[in-house]
Amino acid sequence: MSTPLYDEARRVQEARAAAGRPPIGDVVLAVENVSLSFGGVRALQDVSFSVREHEVRAIIGPNGAGKSSMLNVINGVYHPQAGTIRVLGRTTHDMKPHEAALLGVARTFQNLALFKGMSVLDNILTGRNLRMHSSILAQALRIGPALKEEIAHREVVEGIIDFLEIQAYRKTAVGQLPYGLQKRVDLARALAMEPKVLLLDEPMAGMNMEEKQDMCRFILDINDQFGTTIVLIEHDMSVVMDISDRVVVLDYGAKIGDGTPDEVRANQAVIDAYLGVSH
Amino acid sequence: MLYRENGQFKSTYASDQQMLPILQDRVFMLGLVAFAFLVVPFVVSDYVFLSLVIPFLILALAALGLNLLVGYCGQISIGHAAFMAVGAYAAYNLALRVPQLNFLVVLVLAGLIAAAVGMVFGIPSLRIKGLYLAVATLAAQFFMDWLFARVKWFTNYAHSGSVQTAPLDLFGWVVDTPARKYLFLLSILIVFTLIAKNLVRGHIGRAWMAMRDMDVAAEVIGIRPVYAKLTAFAISSFFVGVAGALWGFVHLGSWEPLAFNLTLSLNLLFMVIIGGMGSLLGSYFGAAFIVILPIVLNQVPAFLGVPISTSMASHLEFMIFGALIVFFLIVEPHGLARLWAIGKEKLRLWPFPH
Amino acid sequence: MIRQNGPFLALCAVLLVGLILPLATGATAVGFYVEVLLGGLMAGVLYSLVALGFALIFKASGVFNFAQGAMVLFAALAVARLAESMPLWAAIVISIAIMIVLAWLIERLVLRPLVNQEAIALFMATLGVTFFIDGLGQTIWGSDIYAIELGIPKEPVMVLQGLFQGGILVNKEDFVAAVVAAALVVGLALFFQKTPTGRALRAVADDHQAAQSIGIPLNRMWVIVWSVAGIVALVAGVIWGSKLGVQFSLSQVALKALPVVILGGFTSVPGAIIGGLIIGVGEKMAEVFLGPVLVRAFDLAGGGIENWFAFMLALLFLLVRPQGLFGEKHIDRV
Repeated sequence: MSTPLYDEARRVQEARAAAGRPPIGDVVLAVENVSLSFGGVRALQDVSFSVREHEVRAIIGPNGAGKSSMLNVINGVYHPQAGTIRVLGRTTHDMKPHEAALLGVARTFQNLALFKGMSVLDNILTGRNLRMHSSILAQALRIGPALKEEIAHREVVEGIIDFLEIQAYRKTAVGQLPYGLQKRVDLARALAMEPKVLLLDEPMAGMNMEEKQDMCRFILDINDQFGTTIVLIEHDMSVVMDISDRVVVLDYGAKIGDGTPDEVRANQAVIDAYLGVSH
Repeated sequence: MLYRENGQFKSTYASDQQMLPILQDRVFMLGLVAFAFLVVPFVVSDYVFLSLVIPFLILALAALGLNLLVGYCGQISIGHAAFMAVGAYAAYNLALRVPQLNFLVVLVLAGLIAAAVGMVFGIPSLRIKGLYLAVATLAAQFFMDWLFARVKWFTNYAHSGSVQTAPLDLFGWVVDTPARKYLFLLSILIVFTLIAKNLVRGHIGRAWMAMRDMDVAAEVIGIRPVYAKLTAFAISSFFVGVAGALWGFVHLGSWEPLAFNLTLSLNLLFMVIIGGMGSLLGSYFGAAFIVILPIVLNQVPAFLGVPISTSMASHLEFMIFGALIVFFLIVEPHGLARLWAIGKEKLRLWPFPH
Repeated sequence: MIRQNGPFLALCAVLLVGLILPLATGATAVGFYVEVLLGGLMAGVLYSLVALGFALIFKASGVFNFAQGAMVLFAALAVARLAESMPLWAAIVISIAIMIVLAWLIERLVLRPLVNQEAIALFMATLGVTFFIDGLGQTIWGSDIYAIELGIPKEPVMVLQGLFQGGILVNKEDFVAAVVAAALVVGLALFFQKTPTGRALRAVADDHQAAQSIGIPLNRMWVIVWSVAGIVALVAGVIWGSKLGVQFSLSQVALKALPVVILGGFTSVPGAIIGGLIIGVGEKMAEVFLGPVLVRAFDLAGGGIENWFAFMLALLFLLVRPQGLFGEKHIDRV
């Protein structure tokens, strides 16, 4: 049998097998007919796409296309006026962000949402909060279970710090770090949640060439080693073409392209959107 | 030169996460505590105990509690004296109606009752923040003022509305002299400081600070806002309720309902702001400041040969408080604690320039 | 849509507070009821005057000025004391000048250094300003109780004797207060809507940076708005002071204006008025009709409901409709 979808899936699997990466599984996240408006502004119009397990899915589009709003809808920060999100077995349209976190969805923010009053280590440790369950009394006296928990989770966080190569900064206040390192802390905090789906909002914004290469390497390592499904918003086309398996293109809140990077690159509507052809 | 961390390597996470990782700090703290327990009771006069040290210890406890809520969790409260009142009246009624209870048990129960009330008045924080929340906490203040003044059961139907307490009897050790009161309060303050430090180091403390710094991001990483905010209100009110009970029983001896009025609430908030929001040490600094300032204002003009009346002194106190609040908010929003930390940083380099 | 709901909700609130509460607790003598209602309205007008100052400052600079009550007291003290040695009109003129100087000082020393801080820091700064002004006022003018003689007869007048049995007692002072407040509101509304300065102030309230980028001098605007608020505080202080006497508790009573702005919406001038009336009426009704019920039911030592009624009502609003009756809903963008 040879349908376009089957061909596309097979091409993607072959590319991944060639690169030695884990195969892609079933759909873990499906956005179905989502529409979102703020007052009179239509941010998203009837957008639908799916994300499969272990894949790297990029969302691209010109500025103001609604990409960040899309991520916000997926993890429950915004609630769409129409449509549903099917994620990790749950179908919903009014999920709260911490429910999404409990399900296994983590995200980073375009404008960095780090906790400025805490050190790098503490910021990443907050990512472990949903797995720390010792009672208030145990914490107050810092005995037995509370102490063990702190140390165990500290070990996990140190592993992430090693992974992202920020050991030298662990006790620094995050506000004092340069922008690129702050982005890494943001990523580390999201990783600390051990997510199944990781939403990255412009992880490479404001970075130079070397920093971008480092970040690409980290993202691919996350995908390889932890099998995390990645949805990322990115503007740099070379990055998108290199590391993503499939791409969704948004323009003025509507989906205008969906497929492998090569297919999307050749799509006339996408080219028009980026070149600003009026329609 | 003395205050260096060189050579102090940590090889386990437990030792890295301990309360005072630097050896010099540990030595200093132990020395301070030993001095406080062993030397101070014998060298300080009764007058200084009663007018300075005892109020300082209790207010430091209250400031600690308020700092947990305002400084660490970022929820404003300008009615916190109401929860001191709850603690005081709860302790009074428990001691009165269940006299078999040891006072320490009464203290804990009073704190728990204050925690429950604090949690109820913390519910608005789930929907509103900042200034709106400040006004909601005023509702707590005025309602409690009224409740304890009008509902006669709380004051045991006393004619004047004020209540009297007897000196505390703890397993035969009667807390009647100023020195004994001092030791009792010091022990309680140290225990509560340790508890506060542990909470702040634990995951609940991090949840609070995350809510303070960026509540949307905190929710996104899985922190439940309801749990974080209500526990902040509850635990803060527990501290403050215990402080209120101590204020009534140990410091005042007898009090009327307006002993816990809006002025006290604002004073608590000022302690936290001037001392340093988000710093346990800052609570101590702030309390010390608020306790010492009126005394200084009373003595300095006489010292300089310019006599001023007590009412003038209290007006000046108001003006200086107000000016200092604004000064600290502009110049050093992190308060005296930050100035102390800067001093320590300089001490690490001393005597070298860099 | 929210604005359409506002007046309807206001009507419901007024009906609830004004009619159902007393009826539920047994108000039978209609004449007495009308008296209490009028008393509440008059008190409400005074609250509205103070709340106006709040709303103005918040509307134009986004700062929640806890010190408004202290400004009322300060202005009243100035007028009362100055009037001891000069005619009243001169005292008022000089006091206006003093309030303008005060406004300039606050803008220069407190607002400007804190311009980029969060709202909560500015609020706490106004807390500090409150204490400072309280202390300053009493240092300069003293802390006794002073009187302001406006020349209005203080005896109440019996009106509408034909309509209600025994007539209704109305206070002439309160009546004058109501008229003055109404005039002030109309004047301010016109100022905001029709004059260029008023428009500039609204622009500043909306977006500081945008206003600056079109050439509006931010600092001067703030001095203007704090001066206007100071003058409003003066009017409130004079009227209130002549009624209650100028004393320290005046600034505490002025705290009640906080629930008024919450009810009315922080940014709304008509909201401050309507909120004030609702709180004034509600308080009086609660004290007069609900109070005795509670005293009997719980064996209380006296009433005093009006000490907390306003704040509890505000709390309720904060839980149900935080933007108040006429305020704008705030959307958090991430």
